Amino acid sequence: MTRSNTTIISASTNKGFLHEVKKNLPLFIMLMPGVIILIINNYIPMAGVIIAFKRYRFHGSFFSSIIKSEWIGFQNFEFFFKTPYAYQITRNTILYNFAFIILGLIIPVTFAILLNEITNKRTAKLYQSVMFLPYFLSWIIVSYLAYSLFSIESGFINKTIIAGLGMEPVKWYFEPKYWPFILTFFQLWKYTGYNVVVYLAAITGIDGEYYEAAEIDGASKFQQVWYITIPLLRSLMIIMTLLAVGRIFNADFGLFYNVPRNSGQLYPVTDVIDTYVYRALRNTNNISMATAAGTYQAVVGCITVFTANYIVRKIDKDKALF
Amino acid sequence: MAEDISVQNPDIIIEDEHRFKTNTSNRISPVSNILLNILFALCAIICIAPILLIIMISLTEEKEILVNGYTFFPQKLSLKAYDYVITAGDVIWRAYGVSIFVTVVGTLLSLMVICLYAYPLSRQSFKYKNFFSFFAYFTMIFGGGLVPWYMVYTQLVNIKNTIWILIVPYLMNAWYMMIMRTFFKTTIHESIIESAKIDGAGEFRTFFVIVLPLCRAGLATIGLFCTLGYWNDWWLPLVFVTDSKLYNVQYLMYQTLNMIQYLASGSAQFAESSKVLADLPSEGARMAIAVISIGPIIFAYPFFQKYFIKGLTIGAVKG
Repeated sequence: MTRSNTTIISASTNKGFLHEVKKNLPLFIMLMPGVIILIINNYIPMAGVIIAFKRYRFHGSFFSSIIKSEWIGFQNFEFFFKTPYAYQITRNTILYNFAFIILGLIIPVTFAILLNEITNKRTAKLYQSVMFLPYFLSWIIVSYLAYSLFSIESGFINKTIIAGLGMEPVKWYFEPKYWPFILTFFQLWKYTGYNVVVYLAAITGIDGEYYEAAEIDGASKFQQVWYITIPLLRSLMIIMTLLAVGRIFNADFGLFYNVPRNSGQLYPVTDVIDTYVYRALRNTNNISMATAAGTYQAVVGCITVFTANYIVRKIDKDKALF
Repeated sequence: MAEDISVQNPDIIIEDEHRFKTNTSNRISPVSNILLNILFALCAIICIAPILLIIMISLTEEKEILVNGYTFFPQKLSLKAYDYVITAGDVIWRAYGVSIFVTVVGTLLSLMVICLYAYPLSRQSFKYKNFFSFFAYFTMIFGGGLVPWYMVYTQLVNIKNTIWILIVPYLMNAWYMMIMRTFFKTTIHESIIESAKIDGAGEFRTFFVIVLPLCRAGLATIGLFCTLGYWNDWWLPLVFVTDSKLYNVQYLMYQTLNMIQYLASGSAQFAESSKVLADLPSEGARMAIAVISIGPIIFAYPFFQKYFIKGLTIGAVKG
């Protein structure tokens, strides 16, 4: 066996893969742990997408279950799209992400520009540090913070603010109408500081001479921002936005599952594709349909990423992901 | 050499004066400065206030919470909740143990896997670098979804309900790998590797003795990314762990927010009598756990911030 292998290698041209492996064996060994993890964690699950086209039954092991389950084509997808949830979770996912993208662009850019203008650099740095802090907390902690504010019996808002105003306490975790705002608030609360840091790094990288020249020509502060800062940030803004648009079908599971505490009454406004798939896996026996919903998300998500990347490529080839 | 300095010095001074002058005249007016300060002070308060609230709740007496609810200014401060967490919480200490073990071992292994994968890709002479880059990169674009992923870890590589399920799925991260590759590419010149080779060092020796020590900043950055990821993880236990011995801090908090009795149920000492159960500072205790879990993050925050910003700028340069 070894002998025949060596003959093949020596017989092959210098460009062969095996020759390359032999020549750079240590480098290939270095790649192995990562390759194995990627295969187990990412590539085998990709193959598992087949489950979405089958009536899944467990047959002893992972592969034999997939192979032996009966092929039913697109029936799982048909079944999924006939439920009212398909529309609801798709709408929620896209609308929330849309709001997050718009607000996640306007607010951080404005904040970064304003923060850069504060005369005392130390205070500016302090504001930045404090605003960046929420990024480092887990969604579980955020759900604790939300709970301490919105808890029905003892929450700060019900017990102090609403009671102080002499109004009836609100059953926050059972009233869907407030949640689009609450969820958007916590999303911004967690990520604004992070995005400010990204934009601020770009702003401080701008050559000061542009502003000096503009000032000599009599440009006001507002004009300097409008004609220098914004145009120079434009490519970063476009790229950050398009990357987010590419992921518009992927919701932040932690936000939508933990912050509303998985409250059933809130599903009409808090249920997104990710939480739906998770609950389908946990609570129902219809594994195939859960896979179908997940596959639908992965495929459409992949298309949006490719489209977004295609547009990024048109704008600035170096900034494209692939 | 002496000539050089004498020529350069006046230039530097002039430039500095110039910069200083323009900086003061191109400043915003004092009034707008005050307004901006007010705006950002408000934002800072909004960011920090909820965290202060849970700290205050953890310091409030249980009876007062029942009457006044959660407030920023309790009438009497009490350390009873922390006392309870420290003395009676076998469940809690176990969860901390799991979190610390997973964070330390996970970060070390993850750094190893990521660096070993990133290094060959940073080598100009390595022919298959584009193939392996794409191999990692593709996982960021397309995934099989939750269900097949769940099945792989429960049926194929059955590590469900072992400590490894909290570590293995996060060992490889394509995004961090790309950042690390950029670090290698920018800090290690191919000539260094060449000269090590001439001196007779093998690839592994070159990597561990020469390359890694030169990339300490990169290791710190990615190490902190991994540390934060493992410490804050609640997703893996939520999906895979049913054995309460393997709960980490985040998942313990998730459980206690849903069932306040959970803390008591695991501690034999307290489960014995229901009277003690009623006395237990459960509201304060769960907030105390939350505060203790944030503790290490606040403590390491200056490091986090420094290296995160570094990592972000490198990541933004070229992913």
